[in-house]
Amino acid sequence: MVTSSHPQIQPILSSKDANIYYGNFLAVRDVTIDIPKNSITAFIGPSGCGKSTVLRCFNRLNDLIKTFKMRGRMNYHGQDLYSPEIDPVAVRRQIGMVFQKPNPFPKSIYDNIAFGPRLVNYKGDMDELVERSLRGSALWDEVKDKLNESGLALSGGQQQRLCIARAIAMQPDVILMDEPCSALDPISTLKVEDLLQELKEKYTIVIVTHNMQQASRASDYTAFFNVEQTDRGRTGHIVEYDRTEVIFQNPQQQATQSYVSGRFG
Amino acid sequence: MVVSPNQKIEPMQRDRSPLARNLDTAFVWLTGGFASLIAILLITIAIRVGIDASPAMAKFGLGFLFESRWDPVTEVYSAFPQIYGTIVSSFLALLLAVPVGIGVAIFLSEDFIPEKIQRPVVFLVELLAAIPSVVYGLWGIFVLIPVLRDMGKGIHQSLGWLPFFSTSPSGPGMYVAGIILAIMILPIITAISRDALVAVPLELRQAAYGLGATRWETIFKIILPAAFSGVVGGIMLALGRAMGETMAVTMVIGNANKASVSLFDQGSTVSSLLANQFAEASGLQVSSLMYAAIVLFALTLVVNILAQVVVQRVNRI
Repeated sequence: MVTSSHPQIQPILSSKDANIYYGNFLAVRDVTIDIPKNSITAFIGPSGCGKSTVLRCFNRLNDLIKTFKMRGRMNYHGQDLYSPEIDPVAVRRQIGMVFQKPNPFPKSIYDNIAFGPRLVNYKGDMDELVERSLRGSALWDEVKDKLNESGLALSGGQQQRLCIARAIAMQPDVILMDEPCSALDPISTLKVEDLLQELKEKYTIVIVTHNMQQASRASDYTAFFNVEQTDRGRTGHIVEYDRTEVIFQNPQQQATQSYVSGRFG
Repeated sequence: MVVSPNQKIEPMQRDRSPLARNLDTAFVWLTGGFASLIAILLITIAIRVGIDASPAMAKFGLGFLFESRWDPVTEVYSAFPQIYGTIVSSFLALLLAVPVGIGVAIFLSEDFIPEKIQRPVVFLVELLAAIPSVVYGLWGIFVLIPVLRDMGKGIHQSLGWLPFFSTSPSGPGMYVAGIILAIMILPIITAISRDALVAVPLELRQAAYGLGATRWETIFKIILPAAFSGVVGGIMLALGRAMGETMAVTMVIGNANKASVSLFDQGSTVSSLLANQFAEASGLQVSSLMYAAIVLFALTLVVNILAQVVVQRVNRI
């Protein structure tokens, strides 16, 4: 097994020898990965290989699962994310998240965006922030005349961009995306992918995807996860992590080669 | 679908006997009949009560609602104290039961305690609703009143300058009725609110946490508003129950024909009036009781309509 990390750029998120457990079950082992700033990193791999689990460790969303345990190190700007002094709430304000299923709040479009900033008592011009966030997620032109309508009245693709705008409004450092396009049609998917390229100017993006074309089109780095059956259940691990063109054109591992060329299992 | 010329298409109907078809039709008629029976029952009750109430309506008019005489000797009837008592006791009950009920519902819908303990506690709360109201009344007389009377005297001595506490409690009274009702409607509010809270999708919770909301911010800003219509529904059901509750209230309210601002004073409600009077009533008195019944029915109807309006206004966004 090779887990190469990327030394060229100062990593914003990094993980070293992280083992993730649910109760006694080892879900993902030996996660060692450096995620460079202002880039898009894709996590690919078969179902159940722990991509989403690792993603959710980076903003401590797994803390909500009672049996969850993490052993090893996960760093954000060099500080240990799991040190006892760290407040998970503060972590999540820096590291935003977009989920698989669009999940706008049952509130108006405006209030959806303003929800996060209000939590931190945002002092600036809220109207301006809402507009900037909606422009940032390429949704402004479609919703500028109906900001007081329910976020749930939008189409699925619009809802997902609303959720991205909601994440942007917190002005985070990193945006984690858990299969953000899996519930969207191809046109909405392309819109979100275009958006990713604009977003990486300001943010670091980590995206879990099942869509191989999406990973190869949209990402700068790709980590291939695989899963193996052990006596204690199915445990995921990172097989290979490199620049996206290397993973897709010249992978070092046979398993990666099989997966990206579609000859898998 | 491409069909080769020599392939036969199977017919897609199912062979059904005439008996099965007739049973189907009969079943539709049967269920339809039951459904209309309920509607007819409701309408006949309303019409019957309306007809019986009409002599009193004609004689006392709207003055029935605003005057305080109930005199079988001179045959003059009006029900202001009872209407006042119904509203005050019910709202007192809501005032006490809503914060507690929603609090308990939050506690029992989040993961504050392990599921093994949570389930029995939920069951116990719901079991409160299964206690017959006459048992509540009995408990109210022999347990609650002695305790509350002493506490009430203390409150009257220190806070007697407030109109609500301006008389000394003599035992039964409005405050006992309000507290008994609060206990009786608590399980309704808790059970329905909890169901509504549990039904809020996990995705919303995760979205809030993902934006850096704390647990309390998630509960109060996302989960409670998302469950709002369910919670209001529970409160309204509880209010309906409180307004109509008869036995326990009749046993502890004192049944005095007066509308007093002081909660320690005795009073009566429309339902306690009906329960106390129906046995020896005749003539115009029966008609007046029917009139009071219509007022009670109208009160609950108004409350329910108001609740619908509130829920719709909030759900519009």
